Amino acid sequence: MLPSPVQVAKAFYTEFPILMEHSLVTLQEAFIGLFVGILTGFLVAVIMDRFLYMYKAIYPLIIITQTIPTVAIAPLLVLWFGYDMTPKIILVVITTFFPIAVGLLNGFKSADKDSINLLRAMGATKGQIFVHIKLPGAMPHFFSGLRISASYAVVGAVISEWLGGFSGLGVYMTRVKKAFAFDKMFAVILLISVISLLLMKLVDIIHKKCMPWDNKEQEL
Amino acid sequence: MAILTVENVSKSFDDEEILKDISIELNKGELVSILGVSGSGKTTLFNLISGLEKPDSGSVILEDEDVTGISGKVSYMLQKDMLLPYKTVLDNVALPLIIKGEKKKIAREKAREYFTDFGLEGTESKYPSQISGGMKQRAAFLRTYLFSEKVALLDEPFSALDMLTKQTLHEWYLEVMDKIHLSTLFVTHDIDEAIMLSDRIYLITGKPGQITKEIVIEKPREKRKDFNLSEEFLRYKREIVEELNKKD
Repeated sequence: MLPSPVQVAKAFYTEFPILMEHSLVTLQEAFIGLFVGILTGFLVAVIMDRFLYMYKAIYPLIIITQTIPTVAIAPLLVLWFGYDMTPKIILVVITTFFPIAVGLLNGFKSADKDSINLLRAMGATKGQIFVHIKLPGAMPHFFSGLRISASYAVVGAVISEWLGGFSGLGVYMTRVKKAFAFDKMFAVILLISVISLLLMKLVDIIHKKCMPWDNKEQEL
Repeated sequence: MAILTVENVSKSFDDEEILKDISIELNKGELVSILGVSGSGKTTLFNLISGLEKPDSGSVILEDEDVTGISGKVSYMLQKDMLLPYKTVLDNVALPLIIKGEKKKIAREKAREYFTDFGLEGTESKYPSQISGGMKQRAAFLRTYLFSEKVALLDEPFSALDMLTKQTLHEWYLEVMDKIHLSTLFVTHDIDEAIMLSDRIYLITGKPGQITKEIVIEKPREKRKDFNLSEEFLRYKREIVEELNKKD
């Protein structure tokens, strides 16, 4: 029942081409989902920040969507949207947009009041205040949200594949489970962890690239 | 000729009167201080002049134009430099021009021209976290100047600095001011600083805050080296301290 590390490594090696094929599908779902998740998260955060009544109306709903377990929605999505990519992407969007929306919203809300006043005194419009103060100020919050979302994206895609589909790491997982091929099972678990870690690292690299002022501080 | 006139301005918050019947005049090229203890409504006065808030009565006039409650006309600078950490010094300084609708490239070019005059050369592409406190204040001051070359409102801009940096900046400020013909309204609670820098000082005291005294510093600004060690300086200081204590 519990394969040795050597067995897992062997399985990983022999199954590598198939694993790659499936990863490609999962990654595609994760990336498209994450991208759409970022867009919706951003949009929702901006709207909630701009209009107080929208904040009051939307925020509780968003919280509730997060209390519904993903595994519970996934089969419904399959029923509604079929066995191809759409339900998987939707699930990824649902799981990824939340950390981004909340992160950005907190970032917008914590903008420095004095800086905003300074720009107001300069005669800046609301849009200008947003572009020069709120948006850049929220970037660190955005990236910490994105870091979480990136790992959620892969896991979200895999979970949705469990419940039906033709290819993807989740589909592969259910197949090897039914075949009691535990070495392969562990190989795929390992692969998913590695992919998540790499994605988080990628976010960190983009973070550093986008915010050069953050890592130059020590130079003085 | 007065470049900025504050006429009989009063302001209350939640039925509490903060400022009562304040009248101030600032002439071109002059440095005028408003001196008062903490909580005397200095900053409120400041917000009224900069247009961030509207007075209950009275008006603020900038060169014959009524700017009461209108922001974007006079520039202001606070104790915190408030340089945006994610913009380079050049972009920070150019910000008011961009807000006014200038193209980014042109705004940068215009701002760059002043870097030498303000002693900021070499800091253009640095981030605020990489330059010293004194340099930050200079940059913040240049930003203030680019926002409005007519009148600068300064709210205790030097109070967060150490003694020596402060002195250097005082000298630097007087020098720059003469170079660019700026008129400055300066809010402070530091008596020495007010006497060192000002042509005139308004004392604001009491609750609600009122202007109770106007003091003219006769000593010419360019001859003020070691002024703070002279008898004359002490006489001014005594006069101010007595007035400030009177209302307590």
